[in-house]
Amino acid sequence: MAEQMMAADGRTLKSSLNRALRRQKLRALLLIAPLLLFIMVTFVIPIGQMLFRSVENQIVSDTIPRTVQELASWDARTDPLPDEAVFISFAKDMMTAVEERRHTRLGSRLNYENAGISSQFRRSGRDVADMGEVIADQFIALNPAWEEPETWVTLLADPDWIAADPDDRPAFELSDTARTALPRTSDVYAEFARLAQDSPRGLARSQPWNMVYFALHEDLTATPAPDLGTLASPLLTEAATAASGFETESIRDAFIASSRGWGDTALWQTIQTYSPPYTASYFLTAVDLRQTPDGIERAAENQQIYVRLFIRTLVMSLTIMGACILLGYPVAWMLANLPSRQANLMLILVLLPFWTSLLVRTSAWKVLLQQQGVINDLLVWIGLVADDNRLTMINNATGTIIAMTHILLPFMILPLYSVMKTIPPSYLRAAKSLGATNWTAFWRVYFPQSVPGIGAGSILVFILSIGYYITPEIVGGTSGIFISNRIAYHISSSLNWGLAAALGTILLVVVMALYWAYDRIVGIDNVKLGG
Amino acid sequence: MKLTKAMMATTALTLAGTTAFAQEMANDMTIVSWGGAYQASQDNAYLQPYLAANPDVRANWDESSPEAVARLRAMDEAGNLTWDLVDVVAADALRLCDEGLAMEVDHDAILAAAPDGTPATEDFGDLIISDCFIPQIAYSTTNAYRTDVAAWNGETPGDICALFDLETFPGTRTLQRQPIDNLEWALICDGVAFEDVYDTLETTEGQDRAFAKLDTIKDSTIWWTSAAESIQSLADGEAVMGSSYNGRFFSAIVEQNQPLEMLWDAQVYDLDGWIIPAGLPEDRLARVLDFLFFATDTQRLADQAAYISYGPARASSAPLVSTHAELGIEMAPHMPTNPDNATNAFVQNYLWWADYRDDLDARFQAWLAQ
Repeated sequence: MAEQMMAADGRTLKSSLNRALRRQKLRALLLIAPLLLFIMVTFVIPIGQMLFRSVENQIVSDTIPRTVQELASWDARTDPLPDEAVFISFAKDMMTAVEERRHTRLGSRLNYENAGISSQFRRSGRDVADMGEVIADQFIALNPAWEEPETWVTLLADPDWIAADPDDRPAFELSDTARTALPRTSDVYAEFARLAQDSPRGLARSQPWNMVYFALHEDLTATPAPDLGTLASPLLTEAATAASGFETESIRDAFIASSRGWGDTALWQTIQTYSPPYTASYFLTAVDLRQTPDGIERAAENQQIYVRLFIRTLVMSLTIMGACILLGYPVAWMLANLPSRQANLMLILVLLPFWTSLLVRTSAWKVLLQQQGVINDLLVWIGLVADDNRLTMINNATGTIIAMTHILLPFMILPLYSVMKTIPPSYLRAAKSLGATNWTAFWRVYFPQSVPGIGAGSILVFILSIGYYITPEIVGGTSGIFISNRIAYHISSSLNWGLAAALGTILLVVVMALYWAYDRIVGIDNVKLGG
Repeated sequence: MKLTKAMMATTALTLAGTTAFAQEMANDMTIVSWGGAYQASQDNAYLQPYLAANPDVRANWDESSPEAVARLRAMDEAGNLTWDLVDVVAADALRLCDEGLAMEVDHDAILAAAPDGTPATEDFGDLIISDCFIPQIAYSTTNAYRTDVAAWNGETPGDICALFDLETFPGTRTLQRQPIDNLEWALICDGVAFEDVYDTLETTEGQDRAFAKLDTIKDSTIWWTSAAESIQSLADGEAVMGSSYNGRFFSAIVEQNQPLEMLWDAQVYDLDGWIIPAGLPEDRLARVLDFLFFATDTQRLADQAAYISYGPARASSAPLVSTHAELGIEMAPHMPTNPDNATNAFVQNYLWWADYRDDLDARFQAWLAQ
């Protein structure tokens, strides 16, 4: 008995209460967990990833890492072209990229910034395997053993790796001695070996790339001469002596011969400018600016489009919102004041459009509004419009506004109706009995109480219309399309997902800023979706 | 016995490098195409006969070709490839190949030779524009005009430049909302020779010229994004002249009797064909290769032409093209490749567009928005 009392007072009681509350909270969390998880997995994470693409630019440094490093010290103002070392690094990078079929992907990326680059990568992708052939041939002429894949494995591989079971070898490993004595060769060979090991032929039957021979020649002729140490074999010593007498080839010339574009300063400047792993270039493009080697500039006037589209999207969304208020308010007022039988019937009529496909509704507007359409025919028949001067109401901004107002109207009427339903009719009667005119009673008494409904409806309509895509695409022509149509184009057609993500991010930020402004001016507490 | 051995050896060679001989084949295939009459022609000409010969196989059509490139990229990133064979236009094949999303193939190894033994690469010839692309048909983007326009006073458009001649041929045009084709036509009508079009378009002055020419008809043009819109505008009389794909015009004129007439001058050839998505598991790849070998042989491509007026991609199929499957009319006169229609055809430069598409599209859209 005494023990129970102890448990009931002070700490013990508090902690037991806490435990009970914690259990309740946990239960509540478990209840919403499925939805939370669903939203995280299907919404927050994918959108976060998509938005991240707007700054991500790792493709350049991932695909051509050596080139990016070498190119950092190049200054276009002193040398029109990067030196041979850059081109050699580039040939090595390209060799790996071509084998992995990644070079054209990089070409498409850089082509967004400088038209014409993608074909340079595509063309030279075919030729890069031949670069270094002059050197390779001389090694093989010196001693045919250089042609044998086995020679290279023995020279460069880790002894433990060689000793492993040939049928079940782990990933290729270089020996430490090779790495220190022949760093360039090891570097290129390691990539070759990794790819060759995965190929159907296998490493044991693949002759190294010409660029491996080229790198060996670089190592052997380097100053100071390499300390071959334990690697020194008659074969290698012979090659080391002969290497300085080899006929050399210019990789730079080989690239320019393969495709003239590689001799273009602007191309290398583009690669240099877009080397960093993160970039602002997509955001700059999204606001009609360009990142150039000389800093940020405005895009060519005839290519400026995005700012214009953002403004148009905002202005047209506001117009649609305004039209929805004007058309929806009286309807909602009538719904709220009719006897409930008739009100329910009208409510069904308001909801009816939701039962029809969006595409059908939009296409129906096309039939109604086009120049040879129902409305024009009617106007011509009445004689209001001349037959050769029919109104243009579709394939322009007018068409978009009409069709979207119709589609979004229920989103305005419903919150308005549910708010108006809660305003007691006796208030209006009281105002009038106190001497107010109809207008004063409405404007001073009724309208202020319906403002929360207008707020809710406006937010719904505005946010829905700002991201609308399909209706403007069908009826918008050229002057009625929204920024969302360009986002869709970049996602599905041009594949410039970085730019699409930047445009999407900007749109999201603009909506959030407007929402914030609305909260400051009207107050989000004043928004009501119902009683 | 000897013959069987020889045949086995050839088959083994055929599949060598891509898949092992006598490989287990998957029995499910998802084939992606464009829907509509075109997909129906593929279904009738190759898929149904193939299924009849292989009763165990189940095949689904997925009508996602218009967004194939984006979808394949998304599948690649998600690591979940659900498509087995995808029908795309040449430019998309080129991009998919560039992105490493389409498999590079050895055409002679995986495709049937012509009946006379001509290897596939020679039979398809120049139409193999990419190592990933297996051509099926040649189509063209071309123009048509209404035959009942009173304001033309009996004149009929004779060449492509009628598009830009608002005085003789007043009325609304309908053109595709993209720079491709339109810029070429604009330059051709501004006096640039066919072979100089792309060199001219590469310069800023050339682009200015093309846009200036398009400016002359900008206010009287409806820009379409799906080919059906264009046909609809012409059929409704919203537009009096405009571009679309020749197969769409064929069905509007011949099958639906619309008052339209083809304007073949400066039709722009384009190609459509298959790509195999990169990274298919071996059993699915084996099934796709088996189907592809059948579906791209000389007879099958000729059969397809009985359902739609697109030219078979194989030279050896052309003589086998006969009559429309339902209407019984000769198909040859409706083919874009028919000599009467092809007198002044323009060949699009896909590689050039792969480079300049982003740039010119930005300019084109900005021009439209002004």
